[in-house]
Amino acid sequence: MFKNIMVPVDLAHLELLEPALSVVADLAKRYDAHIIYVGVTANTPTSVARTPQEYEQKLEAFAHERHKVHGQPVSIRVYSSTDPVANVDKQLVDAVEETGADLVVMATHLPRHLDIIMPSHGSKVATHTDVSVFLIRVAQ
Amino acid sequence: MDKKPQNRPPEEPVSEGIPAPEGPANLIDTDYVIGQDNITTSTMGVNLDLHGKVFTISSIVVLLFVVLTLALQDTIAPVYDAIFSFLTGNLAWFFIFAANIFVILCLGLIISPLGKIRIGGADAKPDFTYVGWFSMLFAAGMGIGLMFFGVNEPLTHFGTSFDGGSWAPLAGAEGDAAGAAALGMAATIFHWGLHPWAIYAVVALSLALFSFNKGLPLSMRSVFYPILGERVWGWPGHLIDILAVFATLFGLATSLGLGATQAAAGLSYLFGAPESDITMILLIIGITIIAIGSILAGVDKGVQLLSKINIAMAALLLFFVIAVGPTLLIATGFFENLLNYVVHLPALSNPFGREDANFSQGWTAFYWAWWISWSPYVGMFIARVSRGRTVREFLISVLLVPSIVSVLWMTTFGGTAIDQYVNQGIEAVRDAGVDLQLFIMLEQLPLSQITSFIAILLVIIFFVTSSDSGSLVIDSITAGGKVDAPKPQRVFWAIIEGAIAIALLLGGGLTALQTMAVSTGFPFTIILLVACYAIIKGLMSEPKAV
Repeated sequence: MFKNIMVPVDLAHLELLEPALSVVADLAKRYDAHIIYVGVTANTPTSVARTPQEYEQKLEAFAHERHKVHGQPVSIRVYSSTDPVANVDKQLVDAVEETGADLVVMATHLPRHLDIIMPSHGSKVATHTDVSVFLIRVAQ
Repeated sequence: MDKKPQNRPPEEPVSEGIPAPEGPANLIDTDYVIGQDNITTSTMGVNLDLHGKVFTISSIVVLLFVVLTLALQDTIAPVYDAIFSFLTGNLAWFFIFAANIFVILCLGLIISPLGKIRIGGADAKPDFTYVGWFSMLFAAGMGIGLMFFGVNEPLTHFGTSFDGGSWAPLAGAEGDAAGAAALGMAATIFHWGLHPWAIYAVVALSLALFSFNKGLPLSMRSVFYPILGERVWGWPGHLIDILAVFATLFGLATSLGLGATQAAAGLSYLFGAPESDITMILLIIGITIIAIGSILAGVDKGVQLLSKINIAMAALLLFFVIAVGPTLLIATGFFENLLNYVVHLPALSNPFGREDANFSQGWTAFYWAWWISWSPYVGMFIARVSRGRTVREFLISVLLVPSIVSVLWMTTFGGTAIDQYVNQGIEAVRDAGVDLQLFIMLEQLPLSQITSFIAILLVIIFFVTSSDSGSLVIDSITAGGKVDAPKPQRVFWAIIEGAIAIALLLGGGLTALQTMAVSTGFPFTIILLVACYAIIKGLMSEPKAV
């Protein structure tokens, strides 16, 4: 049913991603799917990497680690941006198209009041793509 | 960057080393991790990620200054004034001297081989188109001032030059209307031309270089790395960043307050709206709300879009005045003024033994301190949007093009006003208050209701574009150089800016605190001189561009 699963990854907050990552592993094995880990980073130095290229290497290493866990084929895609916090939703929506993903699995937080003016990335992405989106909620 | 999906076999070993930015560059080797001193919490559903010391201390200092100014304005305003008069009076030579160094460095870099080096590494691609990039840097750097001083300053210098006296630039041209006009325009262009843009360019170039090419956080302190080394991550660096927050926040908040006063004057002149506190508070709230919308939409879709609208409207107004005003006079005036500027530049920028002390201290040194106190904010914002440009391209666009635009703007607005006064004998424009002179000048031209309305709208949008980019800058400094800190933080700073403006507007002390903010120009002049050294050192250590 699913061939390409896109998984947005924030290397700065990996601990929050754990539940989503294990769901991804299960789904990928179930459908024998390819997993694309997508990262959006700032083009200025960040806490994760001092250049977008370093970020790409780290994501590559991360994907490699995940491959050891689930054994499914993996690839990565990195977008760098002047203002990643503001652009991440749009960039993920574009990534769905560019990677040919047919399922997006992403971690998101519980709904909260602030969502009215600043919606969660998960709900933004779900609203703006045609493919299935599976939001894994992380209790905070 | 937009990489194709890579389907590499997972067996391939992954390199652990730090790769260069795009193409050859030379990262600074440091163990500092961006955000290592940050405090991250999540309270009531709001995530925070802040530099503990810089955020806390600058918040306390800012609060302290606001409370002190409000509580003790009669006592404290003279203190601020005294500090500032001391700086511009006794250290005018230092400001003028330093600004000359900035101009010479920038012009030198344009023609030197170092100009080929690309910000972000040899293969980096620009993030923005020329139009978007230029709109943003111009709207952030100068826009609002041009609205108010475009008519006022040429007229003022013309007046003092014609009358003679100690306020006249370069001893003036007593009784000679043509000579006084030429001198007035040259002096105005001097204050809005190469020097201010060189000040911005030095800050912007040093920050861009140390952030994009050297891998240091986008924060003022990074510029000091060549001198202080690892100590920039400690207290010396904290102090530099706190000073930058102070200058930016007070520079923006006080300008917002004074700007609201001027916009209210314009509204009451046009529509007879009451010039009351309520009008001004509503203006500040409105400006802040639009600014928040803009920073939530981000640099690309918010700030860039507003800046483009802004510049398009400003261009419309400019070309309208050229078309319906004294077109021929403006066209020839443009080249004459450019020539006048170049001819008078050496004398105007001479730091020592000036005969026209009132002019060089009261105008030039004041302006230089003002531009320099704005430079951390404007410079950091320009740096953030300039990745992918070569140093030469950067300096031509940040130094030469804006200077030419300033010449055209001043020739158009100032030249038209001087023409109205000298050749048409209209005295209204000279006699009006500084916040109304633009509107009185427009009144003498056709369709003045429409153009005046556009002018007010421009003033307001210029404030929005200052407020939104300023909040982004303060947020990044107080988050330890992170540009990806949670969104609520930038909203917080935009609100604080508006709140301070309202508090000072109601309680008094706007001008006093602005004086204090401009006084930060002095320490920043020293910081900028260090930045000059850092730029040269940083560029020299870049791999040779091919």
